[in-house]
Amino acid sequence: MMMCKRATELMSQRLDRPLSWTEKVSLTFHLSMCGACKQCNRQFELLHQAGQRLDGERCPQEEESDRE
Amino acid sequence: METSIPVSPNDREERMRRLSAVRPRLLSFARLQLRDHSLAEDAVQEALAAAIDKDASFSGRSGYETWVFGILKYKILDSLREQKRRGHWRPLEEELDEEAIDRQFQQSGRWQPSARPADWGDPEGALNQEHFWQVFDSCMIALPENIARVFSLRELMGLSTEEICRETGIKENNCWVILHRARLRLRACVEKGWLAEDKS
Repeated sequence: MMMCKRATELMSQRLDRPLSWTEKVSLTFHLSMCGACKQCNRQFELLHQAGQRLDGERCPQEEESDRE
Repeated sequence: METSIPVSPNDREERMRRLSAVRPRLLSFARLQLRDHSLAEDAVQEALAAAIDKDASFSGRSGYETWVFGILKYKILDSLREQKRRGHWRPLEEELDEEAIDRQFQQSGRWQPSARPADWGDPEGALNQEHFWQVFDSCMIALPENIARVFSLRELMGLSTEEICRETGIKENNCWVILHRARLRLRACVEKGWLAEDKS
């Protein structure tokens, strides 16, 4: 059975390349049994979104900031 | 292409105002990526100049800041290429910090009890909080330079790992390893800063 460290590798790579079928299955299986990795997976996804958010979408706040 | 729509003075003025409003964000974005204040200043300066210069080629109002960020990304890439050409940064091969990652796991490959990821609550909520971004920024700055560079090319600039290989000369496999480490480190760092504040 896959261990957490390996599972985090796959969670990370999933954001950068398509996983193979076997990788997908073993990751899904691991995630269904491991709460800590499930959290980790969510956090990787959040960091992934955060990077994309960093430019355009965060700016409109800036434009509304009150100017004295 | 609507390249020659006349821009009324009002529009121009409004855009200038928005440019100066967005400047601090451009700067901190460039700094995260270039990790050098004066290089970041230069890139932002060039991006602003280009934005003013190409003002007429911007069509549509809503995405103006996004458009400017797009220009900045090109300037940042130029700057990185220039640094690479001058030999100012050497694409890492082996000096990866295995140790920092190993500390998060037991020999068996399970999480160390002290490093087990905690629940961050509502992720969307996090992204909407200024404090989250402060923590995120400071954790990005704390990443070792080489790791941070690959991570931000991927996540901030949106390059594919294939493109990153081309830019940096590292192998794709290595790229995945670096991104994995970057994410584990960022995760741990953000969790510390984010939840610590939350509980106090």
